[in-house]
Amino acid sequence: MSAISNLKFRISNSQLPVAGVALMSGLLAVVLFSGCADVSEAGAGIAQATGVISSDQAQSITRGAQAVEKSWQDLTPEQEYYIGRAVVAQVLQSYAPLDRPQANDYLNLLGQSLAVFSSRPETFGGYHFLLLDSDEINAFAAPGGLILVTRGMVRCCQSEDELAAVLAHEICHVEQKHGLSAIKQGRLTEAFTIVAAESAKQMGGEELASLTEAFEGSVGDVVMTLTTSGYSRKQERSADAAAVALLQRAGYPEAAMITMLERMDERLSDAGGLGFAKTHPSAKSRADALRATISATDSASDPVRQQRFSAAMQPIVASK
Amino acid sequence: MRIRVLAALLAVFAGAALAAPMSVQVRNCKVRGTPSQLGAIVATVDYGAVVQAGAPQKGWYPVTTADGKTGWVHESALSRKPIAMRAGTNDAATGVSSDEVALAGKGFNEQVEAKLRKEGKLDYTWVDRMAAYNISADQLMKFRMQGHLPGGEQ
Repeated sequence: MSAISNLKFRISNSQLPVAGVALMSGLLAVVLFSGCADVSEAGAGIAQATGVISSDQAQSITRGAQAVEKSWQDLTPEQEYYIGRAVVAQVLQSYAPLDRPQANDYLNLLGQSLAVFSSRPETFGGYHFLLLDSDEINAFAAPGGLILVTRGMVRCCQSEDELAAVLAHEICHVEQKHGLSAIKQGRLTEAFTIVAAESAKQMGGEELASLTEAFEGSVGDVVMTLTTSGYSRKQERSADAAAVALLQRAGYPEAAMITMLERMDERLSDAGGLGFAKTHPSAKSRADALRATISATDSASDPVRQQRFSAAMQPIVASK
Repeated sequence: MRIRVLAALLAVFAGAALAAPMSVQVRNCKVRGTPSQLGAIVATVDYGAVVQAGAPQKGWYPVTTADGKTGWVHESALSRKPIAMRAGTNDAATGVSSDEVALAGKGFNEQVEAKLRKEGKLDYTWVDRMAAYNISADQLMKFRMQGHLPGGEQ
C-alpha cells in the first residue's frame, strides 16, 4: 500500500489544476485497482489527451502502475550486484574477514573453476570468494556471486573435492537467486515505483533517500535470511541437487557432496547446533536425500588436488 | 546426406533471420571463440552495449558486436530488455522506446551505494578487496589441468 500513497503524493505534488485532481483520482483508482497495464495506459492517455496532465506525467503513471506488479525476479543483474555488495558489507559487521592471501587465492581459483560451469556463469560483477575468521560452521552466498566461507566450514572439508561441494552449493544459491527471493515485496514495489515515476531527469534527493531506504530494507531482509532465519527447506534441497550437477559438469566427484555433509553432520553435533545448523536442514537428512540420486560413493581425491588443498588450507584450519 | 546438408543450411539461415539486438547486462561480457565455458575469449563487451544475437544453442548465443567481431556469449550475460545506463540518459541512440527501459539500469545502483558510503553506514573496504580477486583465463586453465579436471565440456 505504501506505493499507492507514494504515487498519490507524487501526483498531488505536481501542481495540477484543482479540477484535474478529481479526474486524476478517478483515473488512479482505475489504474491501481485494475492491476492492468492496458487500462493504465488508456487512462493516462485520456488524461493526457484532455490536457489534464503532461506527456511526462502520463508516462509516469503508466510506468508506476507497471512497477507495482514487478517482483524480485525483475531485479536486473546490476541491481542484484549492488544488493549483494551491501549484504557482504553488512555480514562483515558480524564476521571478520580472514586476511590470508594464499588461502583466499586458492579459494577463488577453486570457486571460479566451478562458477564457469554454473548455469549462470555471468553475473554483473562476477563470482568472488572470501574466507571468514570464524570457527562457526557456515557459508553465505550474497546475491550476484559474492560468497563467504568460514574457517569452521573449511574444517569440515578434507579435500579440494569436498570444499568444491561447499562452494558449488553456495554458487547454486546465487544461480537460483535465493537471496533476492528473501526481499519483501513491499520494499521492491516502493523502489520500482520511485524509479518508474522518475521521468527524464536526474533522480532528486528525496527520491534517492526513499530509494536508499528501500535498498537498506532489502539488504536487511537478505542478511536476516542468510544469518538467522535461513532459506526454505525446498531451496536448500534445490541448491543441493543443482550443486551435485555442477560438480559433475566441473569434473569433481559428486560423492564429495555426501562425504562433506557427513563430516559436517559430525561436527555440527559437536558444535551444538550453531551457525549453519541454525539456517540449514540437518546435514544428515541432506546427505540421505542425495544418496538416492548419486550412485558412486568413491570420492578418493586426485593427489595433486589433495596436495594443493592441504598447502593452502592447512595453515588456516590449524591456526587458532 | 543431401538432406542433412540442406537442413544444416536452413538452420544457419534461420539463425541469421532470427538475429536480433540484445543488451549486455553484465559489467564485463566475455565473447568466446567457441560456445564453451572455457572457450578462448576473443573480445569483451561493456555493460549496456548492444550486440546482434542469433538463435541460441544450449545456452550460448552466436553474436556480432558493434565493431564487427563475432563469437559466442552465454545467455546469462544478455538481455532482450534495453539497458538505460543512468537516470536521465537519452536512449535515442539505441532506438529504444520500450517502457522496460525505465526499470533497467536504474534503481539500486551506484548512486545508492555512494549515499550509504557517504553516510558511513556500511564499510565497503573488504567488499572491494574481495571483488578485486580476479582469476585470469590462463590461471584457471592451469589450475584445472594440474588438478586433472576436464577441459571444458558442457
